[in-house]
Amino acid sequence: MENTTTQLLRFITAGSVDDGKSTLIGRLLHDSKSIFEDQLSAISKTSEKRGMATVDLSLLTDGLQAEREQGITIDVAYRYFATPKRKFIIGDTPGHEQYTRNMVTAASTANLVVILVDARKGVLVQTRRHTYLASLVGIPHIVLAVNKMDMVDYSETVFNAICTEYRQFAAQLGLSNITCIPLSALVGDMLVDRGDNLNWYEGTTLMELLETVEIDHDLNTTDFRFPVQWVCRPQTEEFHDFRGFMGRIESGEVAVGDEITIQPSGRTTTVKEIVTYDGNLERAYAPQSVAITLADEIDISRGDMFVGKGNQPKVAKEFEAMLCWLSETPLDKNRKYVIKHTTRSVKCVFTRLDYRVDVNTLEQHDATTLNMNDIARVAIKVQQPLVFDSYLLDHGTGSFIVIDEATNNTVGAGMIA
Amino acid sequence: MSNHNFTHLDALESESIHIMREVAAECKNPALLFSGGKDSIVMLRLAEKAFRPAKFPFPLVHIDTEHNFPEVIATRDKLAADLGERLIVRSLEDSIKKGTVVLKNETQSRNVFQSVTLLETIAEFGFDACMGGARRDEEKARAKERIFSFRDDFGQWDPKNQRPELWDIYNTRVHAGENIRVFPISNWTEMDIWQYIEREKLEIPSIYYAHEREVIQRAGGIMPVSHLVQPQAGEIVVTKTVRFRTVGDITCTCPVESPARNAAEIIIETATTRITERGATRMDDQTSDASMELRKKEGYF
Repeated sequence: MENTTTQLLRFITAGSVDDGKSTLIGRLLHDSKSIFEDQLSAISKTSEKRGMATVDLSLLTDGLQAEREQGITIDVAYRYFATPKRKFIIGDTPGHEQYTRNMVTAASTANLVVILVDARKGVLVQTRRHTYLASLVGIPHIVLAVNKMDMVDYSETVFNAICTEYRQFAAQLGLSNITCIPLSALVGDMLVDRGDNLNWYEGTTLMELLETVEIDHDLNTTDFRFPVQWVCRPQTEEFHDFRGFMGRIESGEVAVGDEITIQPSGRTTTVKEIVTYDGNLERAYAPQSVAITLADEIDISRGDMFVGKGNQPKVAKEFEAMLCWLSETPLDKNRKYVIKHTTRSVKCVFTRLDYRVDVNTLEQHDATTLNMNDIARVAIKVQQPLVFDSYLLDHGTGSFIVIDEATNNTVGAGMIA
Repeated sequence: MSNHNFTHLDALESESIHIMREVAAECKNPALLFSGGKDSIVMLRLAEKAFRPAKFPFPLVHIDTEHNFPEVIATRDKLAADLGERLIVRSLEDSIKKGTVVLKNETQSRNVFQSVTLLETIAEFGFDACMGGARRDEEKARAKERIFSFRDDFGQWDPKNQRPELWDIYNTRVHAGENIRVFPISNWTEMDIWQYIEREKLEIPSIYYAHEREVIQRAGGIMPVSHLVQPQAGEIVVTKTVRFRTVGDITCTCPVESPARNAAEIIIETATTRITERGATRMDDQTSDASMELRKKEGYF
């Protein structure tokens, strides 16, 4: 049982309140034996109090007092479970329209999204919305879980019709990496166990898919990007001349002797050592946290980025991005905001709002401001140059958050075009 | 090429190091809360990995209830000394003397009052960020908390008004008087902690491993007998082989019966246990389904 060689998979679930999303998570946890007896007994009591005949597994994910009182999920909750093959982190996001920001938040770190539809209802407006958001945030793997198959007599025809419609819609967004699974979260068919009701289906169960989906290439593995987080200068006898540039490799890999460029200055040098607490490395990969020492003495500080040969990032003060507005206070074009991008924070203004996307119809509308949950194409000007890639190429160097300096709140999330 | 040997522990470790370095770089006056418990010992190793060969760019701080297991305090002092890092200890007794904590009686659990002393310590040193070893898998309310959890000038957590947290870009900004609690091991589970303790061969207090102890049966659990917990009329003291899954206030932390004498054996037990860590061991979390949430709103970790 020493699961020290298991991989970590982060996934999210998206669906409306009635699609059985919480039941699906509860079922995954229950059937993989990740629910503890005291948790089960607590929710059994609550189910009984509410007059339910069976234990409501959805109660497992309702964390806050307000939610338990109202019976709804109001924020992103993280759940953990493990099988002998993988450790999983589930970001549980609510399905209500007003909570687009929560899905974007949880999606930003996910390898995979499970989009739920009710087999009786098929592809709905919210299914399109969730799929659009998944494509916007660039979740690498999409699973369409056609739930409540027990309510449509486990019909293969119904399942196939939903899958065909969904794939056609997803293709318009440029999405092709989609797996469709018929299941019943309530009964337990095709989640952990195959059950006896869906014998016509030859694909994997949801759990098998979660355990085996290939995630090694979810990160950009070719372009070395290393934002400097912290400069380590011990100033002790033993390490008198040590200057280690500490950070996390956002993408690609690096080896001792590699030539690198330091942006935005553009100076070049070579990697002398890759230092870790557990000893020096010859080579390091994303997403490792390491310290790098260099052959030459160059003035480098937090916010600079080490870049490898090959594809080069852009170094610019102006760029365009898709922006999701997260704050109840609307975006004010006349104001300055702060952008935090990798390890660099700069002042910015929004010079243009090109259009706002209706997440239900994907239609583009004119925009003069942005309200909470709005998604828009914008042009941005920053005070000092940023070193960035397109979000499509590199999530680490293509993403940023917007901070309102008056309140210090995080008010926006951006993906560079 | 990619890194095929990168395990879930490597991924969690790298994330935690990244978080600690963000705190060091962006916060003016951070601290690392260190109790000598297993989670904070993992935090200490992560801080070594984040900052060595330099010293930590923050002090260690312990809010001492003085309702401790002596083995835990001994480990706390030894680890801080071995690492050569500065340890600040502030005691609940100071708050009691000042009158800011009023106890009903000497044996009352002090966990809830740690908030008061913590806030006083934050004010005394002007800390703008406190890193703690809380994990999201511990409790329902924690499952919804951000890694960088903003607190107002009363130390309060507002669960409905949290800052969105996207990618690995953390908003560390606070106004004067406010502060941030940071949880670098948010995404770790009890199992991950034990696997890491084994992998890193971390020294932890001996009471985490199986030992003989005098206990009394009370309220469906077993309570350790100590100078603060004595048998009441009708209660019988028995000796059992037990270990602690968590260590906190000695008056409300219960051991579990277990023969596991090392981390490897605990990993096997953890994989098959049917009771949550806190459900098995913390009397103060069982008073209501929302007890942790209420304490956190008042400034608790």
